[in-house]
Amino acid sequence: MIWVHDLKVTFGKGAHTVKAVRGLSFQVAEGDSFGIVGESGSGKSTVLRALAGLNPAWTGQVEIAGRQQAARRDKAFYKLLQMVFQDPYGSLHPRHTIDRILAEPVAIHRLGDADRRIDRVLEEVGLGPGFRFRYPHQLSGGQRQRVAIARALVLEPRILLLDEPTSALDVSVQAEVLNLLARLRQERELTYILVSHNLAVVAHMCERLAVMNHGRLVEELTAEQLRAATPTEPYTRQLLTASLGYDRAAIDQFEDFEATA
Amino acid sequence: MAEDPLLTVEDLRVDFETATGVVQAVRGASFQVGREKLGIVGESGSGKSVTGRAILGLVPPPGKVEAKRLEFEGTDLLSADHRQMREIRGRRISMVMQDPKFSLNPVMKVGHQIAEAYRTHAQVAAGEAKRRTIEMLAAVRIRDPERVYEAYPHEVSGGMGQRIMIAMMLIPDPDLLIADEPTSALDVTVQLQILAILDDLVSERGMGLIFISHDLNLVASFCDRVLIMYAGQVMEVLDARDLKRAKHPYSRGLLNCLPRIDGGRGELTVLQRDPAWLEAKR
Amino acid sequence: MTALDGTHRAARLRAWLIADSPASAWQAKCGRWYLSWLALRRNPLAFIGLLIIVTLLLTAIFAPWIATSSGIEQNLQARLLPPGLAHWFGTDELGRDIFDRIVYGARITLYIVGLVGIIVVPVGLVMGTVAGYVGGAIDNVLMRITDIFLAFPRLILALAFVSALGPGIENAVLAIALTTWSPYARIARAETITIRDSEYIQAARLQGASALRILYGHIVPLCLSSVIVRLTLDMAGIILTAAGLGFLGLGAQPPLPEWGAMISTGRQFLLDQWWVATIPGIAIFVVSLGFNLLGDGLRDVLDPKSSDR
Repeated sequence: MIWVHDLKVTFGKGAHTVKAVRGLSFQVAEGDSFGIVGESGSGKSTVLRALAGLNPAWTGQVEIAGRQQAARRDKAFYKLLQMVFQDPYGSLHPRHTIDRILAEPVAIHRLGDADRRIDRVLEEVGLGPGFRFRYPHQLSGGQRQRVAIARALVLEPRILLLDEPTSALDVSVQAEVLNLLARLRQERELTYILVSHNLAVVAHMCERLAVMNHGRLVEELTAEQLRAATPTEPYTRQLLTASLGYDRAAIDQFEDFEATA
Repeated sequence: MAEDPLLTVEDLRVDFETATGVVQAVRGASFQVGREKLGIVGESGSGKSVTGRAILGLVPPPGKVEAKRLEFEGTDLLSADHRQMREIRGRRISMVMQDPKFSLNPVMKVGHQIAEAYRTHAQVAAGEAKRRTIEMLAAVRIRDPERVYEAYPHEVSGGMGQRIMIAMMLIPDPDLLIADEPTSALDVTVQLQILAILDDLVSERGMGLIFISHDLNLVASFCDRVLIMYAGQVMEVLDARDLKRAKHPYSRGLLNCLPRIDGGRGELTVLQRDPAWLEAKR
Repeated sequence: MTALDGTHRAARLRAWLIADSPASAWQAKCGRWYLSWLALRRNPLAFIGLLIIVTLLLTAIFAPWIATSSGIEQNLQARLLPPGLAHWFGTDELGRDIFDRIVYGARITLYIVGLVGIIVVPVGLVMGTVAGYVGGAIDNVLMRITDIFLAFPRLILALAFVSALGPGIENAVLAIALTTWSPYARIARAETITIRDSEYIQAARLQGASALRILYGHIVPLCLSSVIVRLTLDMAGIILTAAGLGFLGLGAQPPLPEWGAMISTGRQFLLDQWWVATIPGIAIFVVSLGFNLLGDGLRDVLDPKSSDR
């Protein structure tokens, strides 16, 4: 479904170039859930933005649903692929009602039947029709994220890119949203790419995952391998140890895995 | 606790009067802190941050703070006047906050800020303050303290910024440090390295530490005791190693709803909020 | 019984306005307006400003009913009468009742500020948002054009235009508008640059929204608050510029009761018949003050930071 080869994304020019992604390759089959884990600066969010067409300055080859993608995407692409952002407080327009937020994609693509679609998608994400005419500031973080998910789903895409969808949410709300995402994936047979810095979230949601550091792919492994604590790369092992909690002795062994070229 | 506690809080209440009514941020929290690491865990709205600020008298108006007892090393913090509070703040109780981007002055060099903080509480010459600052920067494991002394906040990374904050807050040698989500904005490996620094410094100096966070696992593995707050009240207090045997349904609910690396991929147990938890205790 | 009914209906209306789950877009919008109104009401100075402006509006609308004459006919028997029962504000040098002239002058004042507002806000918004969103060379070109207009002192440029185009209200309005629109473009551009990279804008692009849709539907609504506040605060300046032009004889032409022109002709009588020049001056002062107070209050109410909670 998604095939990426040697993706490179660079920001800036001359002395200020930042190589955010340095030659990343991976594949995701249809219906799979693929995780990308990394710390800040690893380039994981940049990958999503390049795939979504939000950032046209990438090189390499990207094939989505069998079609090679150019730097910019056309409108039809967005009926195939959608994205959910990290910050529930920033991804909804503060002056638009939920109804307007959800009706917009329908209007852009002239799908018609907006009322029914909106009601249905609000139902699916667990918000009733009572939420339809509220403003984002009247919703909690978890509710806003549900709206963001609803907005992504209203065009009935086959692929969802999830950029740290629960990082800004409380733990109890995170559980609800993760459950919702898992259920939606099953019901609609979606393909996910989930980006997170939280190894537990990725291990829970994804069958396979890639570990990134400083723009490079460090290791690709399955969730089983992670659970069995058998990653091979030292960076991955360090990440795994750190994710388990505070362990004074282990911390002394931490290294800095600097960028290599 | 064998010795007297550093801080005693009894029935702390913080109310905010807003246009839509009174918001009770903290409703009767009671606890004690000795020379140990106490973690306060809660979700957003639990009142954990407000509690930390109330101790230091930093609750902004329209907040009102009341308590039966709010004592620090014999000084009553509630009745202390401005001058007394200024002496306590920074000198005897310090606070490290979440994002160094927002707590460091962006137009002053980092070293100068720390030296200034030091000279507020100790009558020393500029040269001596600079020496102590560089010493402190080295104590928080900054590799090149002289260079960092002359750097501006935007020139340092998040992890380094937080180390600088810790240096600034610990240089006057306080007895109690309140850390409000000090590592939440950092990567997980950097987080742990910062915590290790805190750990060492706190033990070396025999300080007390109040560690406020939303991360239950982190707090349980780092602190000695854990306080769990919900809707302004303390739900449960336990020793960190006893966390798995927490009894209160909210604590259990929090523990169970976390995704785990070694957990399966089944549905996560969602926390069921019992409205009884919102009722005032006692 | 009827009083109780009244309070019941008011209570139901209020409940409908602040309902948690509005049932329609219209209800949601009314609710927002109501909350803004409450916030404005809480600020006493802003409320006073609002009252002044509302008084101005009502005076202008109901002028024929409030005034006792048309304010234009001359009555040389009644020249320069001091304020009294027959003529509340006295009469001017041609025997015209000053109170009536003030009342009809309100229409002219409103006409001028209204026209200027209708011109500068859309022009400023379009220039600013396009420059901010597209960036690059277009940004440069548009901003240099803005700078050119910004560089001229307002009254001088207005004078130049009016001298070139000839005196008259419409030309005065055009001249004032030409000198006033630049800051609005700057404000709109600054806001646009701030929000251009927000996630909700990215989400809109991700749905395939065209630049036009993003600009008009997403960016302009967010710029609108700052622009409106700026306009309200500018009103005082606009009124004074119009008065200045009127004073110089370049705005409204006699016998129209434009307040600035009234001050100009009343100048010669200032020492002995102070009311001829002073009363229109007070009117200008009060209205400018009203706009200023309202603008300050609006800024607090419409500040995106506070309304985003």
